[in-house]
Amino acid sequence: MAIAEPRPHISLPPVASAPVSTGAFPSGQAIAAAASEMQVPSPRQIVAANKRRIQNDPTGEGSMVLNMGPHHPSTHGVLRLAVELAGETVLQLAPDVGFLHTGIEKTMESKTYQKAVVLTDRTDYLGPMINNLSYALAVEKLLDCEIPPRAQVARVLFSELTRLNSYLVWLGTHALDLAAMSVFLYCFREREYLLDIFELVSGARMMTSYIRPGGLAYDLPAEFKPTVQRFLDIMPGHIDEYEALLTENPIWKERTVGVGTINAVDALAVGMTGANLRASGVAYDVRKLFPYSGYEQYDFKLITGTHGDTYDRYLVRIAEMREAVKIAQQALDNLPDGPYATSDRKIWPPSKEEITYSMESLIHHFKLWTEGFKPPVGDAYVAVESGRGELGCYVVSDGSNKPWRVHFRAPSLINLQALPHMAKGRIFGDLIAMIASLDPVLGEVDR
Amino acid sequence: MALTNATVRETLQTRFGAGILETSEFRGDLTLTLDPQALVPVALFLREAPELQYILLSSVTGVDYYGREPRFEVVYHFTALEHGHRVALKVGANEIDPHVPSLAPMFPTANYQEREIYDMFGIIFDGHPDLQRILMPDEWDGFPQRKDQPLVYEEVAFTFNHDAIDAQKPYADK
Repeated sequence: MAIAEPRPHISLPPVASAPVSTGAFPSGQAIAAAASEMQVPSPRQIVAANKRRIQNDPTGEGSMVLNMGPHHPSTHGVLRLAVELAGETVLQLAPDVGFLHTGIEKTMESKTYQKAVVLTDRTDYLGPMINNLSYALAVEKLLDCEIPPRAQVARVLFSELTRLNSYLVWLGTHALDLAAMSVFLYCFREREYLLDIFELVSGARMMTSYIRPGGLAYDLPAEFKPTVQRFLDIMPGHIDEYEALLTENPIWKERTVGVGTINAVDALAVGMTGANLRASGVAYDVRKLFPYSGYEQYDFKLITGTHGDTYDRYLVRIAEMREAVKIAQQALDNLPDGPYATSDRKIWPPSKEEITYSMESLIHHFKLWTEGFKPPVGDAYVAVESGRGELGCYVVSDGSNKPWRVHFRAPSLINLQALPHMAKGRIFGDLIAMIASLDPVLGEVDR
Repeated sequence: MALTNATVRETLQTRFGAGILETSEFRGDLTLTLDPQALVPVALFLREAPELQYILLSSVTGVDYYGREPRFEVVYHFTALEHGHRVALKVGANEIDPHVPSLAPMFPTANYQEREIYDMFGIIFDGHPDLQRILMPDEWDGFPQRKDQPLVYEEVAFTFNHDAIDAQKPYADK
């Protein structure tokens, strides 16, 4: 059993503030070489491999297959892992997914574009606003419509608050899995504040459906600014609190340093994105490389790690929480007045008072809520940076009022493919830390 | 040299010629429709050519254009991290015998995504290490995201109707 190389000094990894075209990306040839070695086994293959191993072993003690989940608490949902073990060492494993499949993509095809928004919340239920945003941006790309500045800034603000929400649940459950109960309680205390903010603007704590194709569902209420400001004032102190509990904690380091290591080349070969990829040293952040909703105007750092282990993934996410607070503060300070949705009457209905005196407005209102709008024929792929990675939304329009096809490039599902590679040869106990640090949301994995 | 739609299209067209059936641009995104035979070479070239380096295969997905031939389409989105550029490849598959070459042996990230497309649309990926259902149960009959598969709902089971629902399940005969 190989023990990870000791790291004498652990400090926050160097921050790449320069633009991403530094040439630091691994070459395609290196990735091709790594990819040919890499395997993403299926549960069936694990069972077959185990049978073969036992056949050649008269004692029958060479290996066993252990089913972890689908209801194991540390799998963060309904994820089943077929793990082939030799003693306590993981020989290989295969994730088995699909227990939460609800046919969201299929159902969206039978709703009008505007009505399909509510289904996007239910994929990654820890990042509803970012899901709304990816879908809204894809539909807006099809429509080619302009979004007013107030909605743009609010979208960035809510993306960052959602990211904080998502990272808080990650940190809380990650720590809980490694038996640090108090961190979980602190994280959920702050998350409660965020859910109150979401409730304030949208009326719902989790399934917000607040960001819609064309703008925002409603305007921001008057008490919005002071409420968010109060949260942003206290949040950095709370992040310090989590760090005080964990960052230099010897037990935490024991469980995370050198665990679940994946290098940049392998991470790109399995298509990992988000904080998981950045922890391996690849400076890819959709917000920097393909800015959307005006992200290019905000001052924030692109955080990268160096070792690609569970501890680095922890450090990167903690640093990104601080960056998220920074971006949210900039957005809140620069939140302009003005309309919260596009003025295009073919996409967004007129206001209530306009309906009372204008016949045309009434017709537009009626047509939009019954028939909906019809984007031109074509397809659009838009990616946003969600709490888990590159959340892509691919929408195909056939020119009717319902999307012909909607597909979510689910970062949780794709990141999960790295787990067999990470866990190979490690002890079973480390597997818990790896799942938690990959941070999959099973709602998004299965959709 | 920064990649633009025009340079990428030109590079690929000079190299693969007839393998590229059609190129299109919509809202600034470049899409190339390929002959299925050309898929693997083009994908590898995109990743490995020194001037391109599309090192991330972002997304693989399928679309059912019911009533059109080829009926199915598999869409690949490649991202060049250094240049900040995306390109989409499309490959068609016909209705009777939908086959597409698999990218999974060369691009492990395509493994689950191709399984999902097989699961949802029934497109066979030739050369996939272990093509089987991923989201739907193994005994499921049909391919749910095909357009000719109706959007049905499952009756909620209670104690009084549990047996009646169970009798209609595919495994009832066994």
